[in-house]
Amino acid sequence: MSTAAAPNYELIQQDGLETNLLEVSMGPHHPSTHGVFRMDVKLDGETVVDLRPVFGYLHRNHEKLAENMSYLSSMPFTDRLDYFNSMTNNWAYALAAEKLIEVEVPERAEYLRVIMAELTRLVNHVSLVGFFINDLGALGTPLLYAFREREKILDLFEQASGARMMCNYFRFGGLRNDVPEGWLKRAGEVVDRFPSFLDEYEQLLCENEIILSRTQGVGNLPRELAISAGITGPMLRASGVAYDLRKVDQYGIYDRFKFRVPYTDGDTGDCYDRFMIRMLEMRESIEILKQALAGIPEGEIMGNAPRVFKPKPAESYGRIEGPKGELGFYLIADGTPKPYRYRVRPPSLINLTVLRDMCLGGKIADAVIILGSIDIVLGEVDR
Amino acid sequence: MSGLSHEPVLQQFPDAEWDEAAGALIVPPGQARTIAEWLLGQGVDYCSNVTGVDYLEREVKEKTTNDAGEVETVTRTEPGRIDVVYHLYSMQNKTGLLVLKQRTGRDNAEAESLTPVWRSCDLQEREVFDLFGVNFKGHPDQRRILMWDEFEGHPMRKDYTEPFDYEWEPTPHNEILEKHQKGKVIV
Amino acid sequence: MSILGGGIFKGMAVTLRNFVGSYINKKERLPTNDYSWRADGALPQGIGDYPKEKGEQLSDTTTVTEYSRNFPMLLHDGGEPMDTVRCVACQICERECPPQCIYIEKDYDENGKYIKRPAVFDIDVSVCMSCQICVEVCPFDAIVMNSQFELSTPDRFGGLLVRRDDLLKSNDYYHKIHPEEAAARDQKMAVEKAAKEAKKKAAAEKAKAAAEKKAAEAAKEEAE
Repeated sequence: MSTAAAPNYELIQQDGLETNLLEVSMGPHHPSTHGVFRMDVKLDGETVVDLRPVFGYLHRNHEKLAENMSYLSSMPFTDRLDYFNSMTNNWAYALAAEKLIEVEVPERAEYLRVIMAELTRLVNHVSLVGFFINDLGALGTPLLYAFREREKILDLFEQASGARMMCNYFRFGGLRNDVPEGWLKRAGEVVDRFPSFLDEYEQLLCENEIILSRTQGVGNLPRELAISAGITGPMLRASGVAYDLRKVDQYGIYDRFKFRVPYTDGDTGDCYDRFMIRMLEMRESIEILKQALAGIPEGEIMGNAPRVFKPKPAESYGRIEGPKGELGFYLIADGTPKPYRYRVRPPSLINLTVLRDMCLGGKIADAVIILGSIDIVLGEVDR
Repeated sequence: MSGLSHEPVLQQFPDAEWDEAAGALIVPPGQARTIAEWLLGQGVDYCSNVTGVDYLEREVKEKTTNDAGEVETVTRTEPGRIDVVYHLYSMQNKTGLLVLKQRTGRDNAEAESLTPVWRSCDLQEREVFDLFGVNFKGHPDQRRILMWDEFEGHPMRKDYTEPFDYEWEPTPHNEILEKHQKGKVIV
Repeated sequence: MSILGGGIFKGMAVTLRNFVGSYINKKERLPTNDYSWRADGALPQGIGDYPKEKGEQLSDTTTVTEYSRNFPMLLHDGGEPMDTVRCVACQICERECPPQCIYIEKDYDENGKYIKRPAVFDIDVSVCMSCQICVEVCPFDAIVMNSQFELSTPDRFGGLLVRRDDLLKSNDYYHKIHPEEAAARDQKMAVEKAAKEAKKKAAAEKAKAAAEKKAAEAAKEEAE
């Protein structure tokens, strides 16, 4: 007997035993769901037969708020979308708005933008790897090792912009202020220490039999489904598609840096692939950072953007390769200082389209791991 | 990165219009699914963003030349509409943006769901249904996604007004304010 | 390794190395130990032992860096605060503030004429998100970011509204807590003032030259 949701799965049957499906709400308050996220699962024993994700608990209607505020005033709110990576959110919005007006970003500002974005990518991947291992059961130790590295980078952010997480650093046409003296040297020290931390982390985790047996073969995502479902970011590359916006769109000055894009050689990706892709991407980010820190010129950091930002009626779609996927902003301007339509394309929400497909037929514990490997942040899912 | 050209679409489907100001292809009602399937066959396999835009009824002044040859300003009323905008890319050819728009009126807004063509439209069309009120024909699972199921109204519409005393706000009013002013502080 | 559990033992070796290293090699193994920006370079005294200095306010900035921002403050240039306050109550920051936490009322004198001072300037602590937009849009450099974070109060309703007199801080205090930023701002203001004075002088000289030319022409006409 099978259910409509999982047609290939045989429900447990035993003579003299009457069974029912157990419906569990892995509710909004749950330590493993990465935020206020709810999954209604129907279980047959331990096997997931149906799964329905429910979200909207953090919905703040950011898009409508932005219609009542000027373009600059909604920059601090973009920090709070994906609250781990505030710098890349700012950059995506600045990119979309800079397409509406003709402004040139100076060289030093472009280099600093790349440095901030790659530091953010390190912060995000290191937190994700920590939380992923935490969900597997390593109660906190690898997480705190990862957070120790994150602290060093957050100190750098505080010195550059004034705040650790909600940086509000990017402006249309450049950056808000230049980094203080000695910042580049300190950033270089952090970047130099990072590879030895990654080596240690890999020694800690990547041959661990528990991790290997719990993540390999779990959460298979075939390539065609990934492309059709609009998955982007490390999850897409783990399923075998070499699509990275830094190489395809070449926004900013990414065409000047030599770096590789890791992706799996095959047709499907599982949780272990996604985990390893992120570890490899951290090493590539360090390469980009070394090149950027070596090549950054002197100069000013703010282009000639108009003081009152009032673009002519136009539409623009600006997208970047955020650490979680493609983060896009769709802006419709109508000649007033406020946008007519402001839309955020959230990578975490789109990546959740395939959660149900990946979890059906597996155990309930695997559902937690699969959710952890998708890398969602509820601020972005719900906006 | 090169852009995806809209010319082949116009050749294949002469009913579609190209809106130069917005840079978008306006799809005639009823043909959206066919055009999408044709595009999928051409290699446009990645639908990046699905969103809705609400336009209220407004008056537009245009300068036209009338029969006598003079330039005069004509006022006409443009009816309200809701646009459903799709941003399409091709991942296999690594080419760029093609914007597709479906137009529908504001009362009984309806559109064709492109979820059978691109799976990524699934959750995003549910969001357009939830926040704008557009009914997608052919969507496998159309229900509210960000607001709770019993919610009434469509928040992203331009004429949405919040209900009075929607939620209790933690600033003092009525009895609580009186008690606070009398000195009986509630902590 | 072919021993079952070999990977786990390797991981345990890393944990042991971190544990021992946290006593020996603190710079590597402890999270935040970059206190080189402090004048004496020392770590803070300990938890729960906030150093407090006498003066204008409880100095939180000895435990945070000089770059961090937390809550705005209004600047005055020394002496009696309301005489030298820079804010003219133009209400631009009130309009641009994203969460709309500022409330300003202009000040009027006895005849009802607008004098350039705020009568009421309230910021709601529970709403302000320290985004710094008010600092950026102010044309008079009157509002800047403080780093005061000890703002909690037992009064849930009125205590969270910081009034004008609590917001006023002197420019010397600003130099003490954010020396680099204050120096840059003073320099910018000096440059702007010099440019304005040069322009005024040029306009006055042009007016004088025009008046002299007119007087010379009038004298010439009279002579003819």
